[in-house]
Amino acid sequence: MAYDKFNILNSTAVPLPIENVDTDQIIPARFLKATERVGFGDNLFRDWRYNSDDSPKEDFVLNNDTYSGKILVGGKNFGSGSSREHAAWAIYDYGFRCVVSSFFADIFRNNCLNIGVLPVQVSPAFLEEIFAAISQDPNTTLTVNLPLQQISIDANAKAENFDINPYKKENMTNGFDDIDYLLNIKEEVSAFSKTTPL
Amino acid sequence: MKKTLFDKVWDKHVVQQIDQGPDVLFIDRHMVHEVTSPVAFLGLKNRNIKVMFPEKTFATADHNTPTVNQHLPVKDPLSAKQLDALEKNAAEHDISFWGLGHEKNGIVHVVGPEYGITVPGATIVCGDSHTSTHGAFGAIAFGIGTSEVEMVLSTQCILQPKPKKMRITINGDLQKGVGPKDVALFIIAQLTTSGATGYFVEYAGEVFKNMTMEGRMTVCNLSIEMGARGGMIAPDEKTFHYIKDREFTPKGDAWNKAMDYWQELYTDEGAEFDKELFFDGKEIEPMITFGTNPGMGIGISKNIPTVDTIEGGTATYQKSLSYMGYNEGESMIGKDIDFVFIGSCTNGRIEDFRAFTEIVKGRKKAENVTAWLVPGSHKVEEAIKEEGLLDILQASGFELREPGCSACLAMNDDKVPTGKYAVSTSNRNFEGRQGPGSRTLLASPIMAAAAAVTGKVTDPRTLMNS
Repeated sequence: MAYDKFNILNSTAVPLPIENVDTDQIIPARFLKATERVGFGDNLFRDWRYNSDDSPKEDFVLNNDTYSGKILVGGKNFGSGSSREHAAWAIYDYGFRCVVSSFFADIFRNNCLNIGVLPVQVSPAFLEEIFAAISQDPNTTLTVNLPLQQISIDANAKAENFDINPYKKENMTNGFDDIDYLLNIKEEVSAFSKTTPL
Repeated sequence: MKKTLFDKVWDKHVVQQIDQGPDVLFIDRHMVHEVTSPVAFLGLKNRNIKVMFPEKTFATADHNTPTVNQHLPVKDPLSAKQLDALEKNAAEHDISFWGLGHEKNGIVHVVGPEYGITVPGATIVCGDSHTSTHGAFGAIAFGIGTSEVEMVLSTQCILQPKPKKMRITINGDLQKGVGPKDVALFIIAQLTTSGATGYFVEYAGEVFKNMTMEGRMTVCNLSIEMGARGGMIAPDEKTFHYIKDREFTPKGDAWNKAMDYWQELYTDEGAEFDKELFFDGKEIEPMITFGTNPGMGIGISKNIPTVDTIEGGTATYQKSLSYMGYNEGESMIGKDIDFVFIGSCTNGRIEDFRAFTEIVKGRKKAENVTAWLVPGSHKVEEAIKEEGLLDILQASGFELREPGCSACLAMNDDKVPTGKYAVSTSNRNFEGRQGPGSRTLLASPIMAAAAAVTGKVTDPRTLMNS
């Protein structure tokens, strides 16, 4: 599915300094019943965000007007657990284009890259710097520069480089997805399939 | 060049290596279920393409299905719509479909091995993280997202960077009352939920060699809970014996040809791993979790670790204990429980029901406990009846439900209410996993059985015959 190209993102950020945020928290299983990719943003962090009577939980960061932006900053081991791509969809549909953490779970990272959310892995120390900067000034902005593979805190110009696979970087900057690539090599796949032992 | 088991299978499936990019990996078996596939099928429709290899694709309904009255229409309209979508998509693309009511229906990771879809040396994917289960047969099996499901449906390939390799070796005899689930929870507790992220794990040593295929499946199933892409065990005579003559297993010449390949599937002496870990099987106790991720587990005789001994963030740890209603330093023994769930792709196989029944035999279900016994498939359900386990279970006050994922992720009506405690043989104790506000204690089938008959957390060894 096509997504908006990602180049340089400058935005305020929403802090979620909790470790091991699993995909069941990002979107609980009971909201996975759709047959189309619509409405997932409404249920992002559903049970942390709303009480059982659907009233908002005031102490949760998404219900706090002080914080907003297109960047979500989470604690270590973000996106663990279930492979549900719905978690990445919920993050994208809510309006985030980038998730920053000191560590990502594998499947979640892949899912993000496949749908146009950029996972930016920073050092634990830099993650603390970001949390501190947001805590000091919720309007502080971060710049995520994909071509340079650099994330910076604009207020103090502190910056760090991040890794991304060159192929995936090319896809993100152009809004391509892997299926286009694979469809182009279908003949090669067909020939290969005749050589497999199973 | 000396190769690991993982290398041998991976390298055999690389169609193309993209310069500075991932490998194009050919997929031998693709399993599909109702929850993570509809948007992928929609993608095919939008591109006006058909499934490339319907004969390598298998669909079953499991996540969303009720576990009572399966002969009646599904009540929840959203669930019904999703189940209906899978049936229609399977028909449109000529994919075999084992839906609700079909004799072969069951949890995707239970029926795959039962019918010989799972074979050694294969690449197996499914839009479900517990696809790692199939690694028990020496396959490379892992969970994928819906975009990747669409890739496999349309081209039988996905793009994957080759993961790093880890080997976990456990030798030594297991103690009485310690089974595959305890071994897995022990490993996860040692590594944490992110300790194997970026790696594909091979399990080696006497402990895994001595395990049944069902036990190996339980261990490989839980690989994802320490962050690993998957886990695998080299196939041996036990593996070949298990798969021979199953419906989809190769027959005749095809079997012989496959055996030539399968018999080479072991890690060469001296092959290198990026990481190697060794544990002593004798040190593993019956395990139980006390927190909100599968890495928060302890031996049943130990106490909940105190905050000062925790390596990660203390705020996260305290949040977790507070959610569970526990305090640091407490013992888990004697803790109140409300529900017991035996089932799931982790522990919903016949061996798990045998173990559960062995403990409850001659005892009664505690009155304060609601027990959900959910077989992983109709085949498991049949075996429970044929082996006489059902009679014993019923005499002890238990009922058997119909197959499905059930309370493991509570997409259907099997939800543990807010604040209630469930001892579960499933795989995740995340906040709200078994229903909004539910609290889960992960454990083995015999730990679950001990809780079911005593009404509280109990060391199962106290109920075992010597």
